Amino acid sequence: MSAILEVRNITKRFPKVVANDNVNLTVERGEIHAILGENGAGKSTLMNIIYGLYKPDSGQLIFDGEELNISGPHEAIEKGIGMVHQHFMLIPVFTVAENIVLGAEPKGITYDRKKANDLIREISQRYHLEIDPDAKVKDLSVGLQQRVEILKAFYRKAKLLILDEPTAMLTPQETQKLFEIMRELVKQGMSIIFISHKLEEVLQISDRVTVMRRGKAVGTLKTKETNEQELANLMVGREVVLRIEKSEYKPGDVVLSVENLTVVDQQNVTRVKDVSFEIREGEIFGLAGIDGNGQLELVEAIMGLRPKKSGSVFFYGKDVTNFSTRQLYREGISYIPQDRQADGLVLDFTIAENLILREYKEPTYSRSGVIQYKKVYENAEKKVKEFDVRPPEYMLKARNLSGGNQQKVILAREVGYNPKLLIAVQPTRGMDVGAIEYIHRRILELRDKGAAIFLVSLELEEIMSLSDRIGVIYNGQLMDILDGKTAIREQIGMLMAGSRFDKTTLEAR
Amino acid sequence: MKNILKELYIPVVAVLIAIIVGSIIMLITGFNPITAYISLFIGAFGSVNNIANTLANAVPLILTGLGVAISFKAGLFNIGAEGQYWIGAIVGVWIGYSFTGLPWYIHIPFALIAAMVAGGLWAGLIPGLAKAYTGANEVITTMMMSYIAIYFSHFLLEFGPMMDKSGTIPQSPVIKESAVIPFLIKNTQLSYGIFIALAAAIFVYWLMFKTTWGFEMRAVGYNQRAAKYAGMNVPLNMVFSLGLSGAFAGLAGAVQMLGVQHRLYDSFTSGYGYTAIVVALLANNHPIGVIFAAILFAALGTGSQYMQLNAQVPGQMADVITGLIVFFVAAHRIAEVIKDLLARRQKKEVKA
Ligand SMILES: Nc1ncnc2c1ncn2[C@@H]1O[C@H](COP(=O)(O)OP(=O)(O)OP(=O)(O)O)[C@@H](O)[C@H]1O
Ligand SMILES: [Mg+2]
Repeated sequence: MSAILEVRNITKRFPKVVANDNVNLTVERGEIHAILGENGAGKSTLMNIIYGLYKPDSGQLIFDGEELNISGPHEAIEKGIGMVHQHFMLIPVFTVAENIVLGAEPKGITYDRKKANDLIREISQRYHLEIDPDAKVKDLSVGLQQRVEILKAFYRKAKLLILDEPTAMLTPQETQKLFEIMRELVKQGMSIIFISHKLEEVLQISDRVTVMRRGKAVGTLKTKETNEQELANLMVGREVVLRIEKSEYKPGDVVLSVENLTVVDQQNVTRVKDVSFEIREGEIFGLAGIDGNGQLELVEAIMGLRPKKSGSVFFYGKDVTNFSTRQLYREGISYIPQDRQADGLVLDFTIAENLILREYKEPTYSRSGVIQYKKVYENAEKKVKEFDVRPPEYMLKARNLSGGNQQKVILAREVGYNPKLLIAVQPTRGMDVGAIEYIHRRILELRDKGAAIFLVSLELEEIMSLSDRIGVIYNGQLMDILDGKTAIREQIGMLMAGSRFDKTTLEAR
Repeated sequence: MKNILKELYIPVVAVLIAIIVGSIIMLITGFNPITAYISLFIGAFGSVNNIANTLANAVPLILTGLGVAISFKAGLFNIGAEGQYWIGAIVGVWIGYSFTGLPWYIHIPFALIAAMVAGGLWAGLIPGLAKAYTGANEVITTMMMSYIAIYFSHFLLEFGPMMDKSGTIPQSPVIKESAVIPFLIKNTQLSYGIFIALAAAIFVYWLMFKTTWGFEMRAVGYNQRAAKYAGMNVPLNMVFSLGLSGAFAGLAGAVQMLGVQHRLYDSFTSGYGYTAIVVALLANNHPIGVIFAAILFAALGTGSQYMQLNAQVPGQMADVITGLIVFFVAAHRIAEVIKDLLARRQKKEVKA
């Protein structure tokens, strides 16, 4: 039998870059084919071409034995290609069912809610993807939203499923769940293209790997016959250090002190319960926890983006509990928010403008209310080079950057100013190994220079390799604070799941 | 340069398609489109006087168009520019006739600034505060405030406090000589107000793209959440944006009073506040683009009368073209789809 998909000599140019340069790729039936590549290597572009969203400048696509015309996603969908985008394309105020059937509603003049719901229940049961069809998408966790996207593909009877960085926003648990689903799907005859920056995931789930570099497909390997280091080197085109050395831990004065902080949300549900902790100069304090356990609310409350019910926050001994977000920034705090597209960037602004999104009012960039664009561009030129944003064109709109490069812009803005305190939520989400290596080095450098770092991440690996002390949050409560050097995975894992750790439970296992 | 071309692409294509579709409609209804367009053009630009009248018509459209463009750019839909225009007109005229003995260089700026403040408050105070702090939809509030302004003017003029006591026609007294913005070309409607409009456009451009305030307005307009996370005061910004938007609509009213009408007549609508929405749309909210869009619609207005007289094409044909332009700008995606189809057709032909 022929391959399910053959990509032949696809080339796609954008104004400033060749995003795909004569790319060839074959996806066999029933395989999980991983695509690896640096930020901006052209992975999403290639997937969008396969899905019919972009038209290639040249090249051919053979799907299921026949050539695709590439006239738009409707054709791809019709032929049996499903795609879950890097940034979801759901309508938040619609229900799960409405989102799934949108554009392909069950026949009939009026929308038959019951019929749609039944259909979706049936599919979700068949594939073990439980979900409430009547829930509003905006109320769902990221993992569940993704499930909706996958169901959407099934509902349209996809034979090939494209997953563009599906795990970037998932917790490790959700990721494992997704992998189970993927294995089940492949058993039922589906083929999957899987994009991820996490090498261990690629090694764990895929059958074959294609590596892309600067628009070219530089090689396809059998997963069984390769390893992390080889993949990383092939991807970046040079030797990559996967493990970083940390210098000695020398804590100084207390920078941030949070005392008995309690936060309730708009529905009056308590999200953060009586949390207290301190972060010192030259220290990385990592906050581990499963998504949705109050990390976001805690950070937003500290940053003045969300009301605090009780408790106080001190910055170098000064009471900043009631400071506005801007006042906190002016004190020397930097903040990398979780959702880059929604919170971190104005996508229709240029890179240069995004780089001064917080500082446009400071004397460095404006004089009596007039922005000094010359300085803005000088800054942009420097930051873009320093943080290796690709392409290095600071007049480009942020919208036209690849996901990882968008993240680099935020990092350049927040890390570049040598803050006294850096609050980083998922700072390396969606970045390639080379970029992660670089960011981790920058964060450690900041620490060694005496800054305090508050690192919130869903990735235990990241927390454990960087943090000097590790706090674990569960259900809004700070369960414990551990020494970063001696803490072990199992211990943190149990705290994250809400059970207090003691030696006997561990030994009993 | 490339950017400018890209910005111009959609409006120019929209206008061209509108002209073509307009011709088809004229052919079907038995008129000669070529003579119609020629007379339309002559009517609008055929002589110094015609040009002057076209530009005169453009002045209030530029100013109200700027107002609407500001709000759109900030992500707000001020569709009550008509009402803010009336408030500006009322205040401008009132100051114009009730103060005596002021030199022109105080009287005129005084009237204009007061009108701007009034228009700004009309949009910023109730719709702006309501939007910012309760989330009330500004489309509805600005619209309602617009009706209130128009009915308020009826009250003032129809045997109310602003009615000219020397007659029985519902109109205000004539403004004092010192408040008149002089005509630029005799026997036309064109006053020095055109320079006020042009300066306003340049000012708004500068404000939007070169100042920190403009930076904030655009950031809030594009992505409120990112603006908030960056430390900007989003609600306050909305109030200011709507206020500024109303200020320019108010200025339009006052300039029209001091420069052209010299007194306020009772009427249901000036029409400028609504056409302003179309102007901003065609200009893609770009302040300099507003100038050209305003001149285009003004030209359709002045040219249509001439067309009616000389080509016997009903003047409403100009309205049809206006409507078509709006349609094609709003539906510029249609143009993209057509472009797409053509490209695919070519590809297929190459293959065959
Ligand atoms: N619409 C666009 N206009 C201009 N350039 C674009 C556009 N979309 C993508 N690019 C450019 O094409 C290149 C490839 O982008 P793409 O999104 O495919 O990368 P990627 O491999 O998915 O990266 P990431 O891992 O960061 O998501 C990048 O340099 C990007 O800036
Ligand atoms: Mg991508």
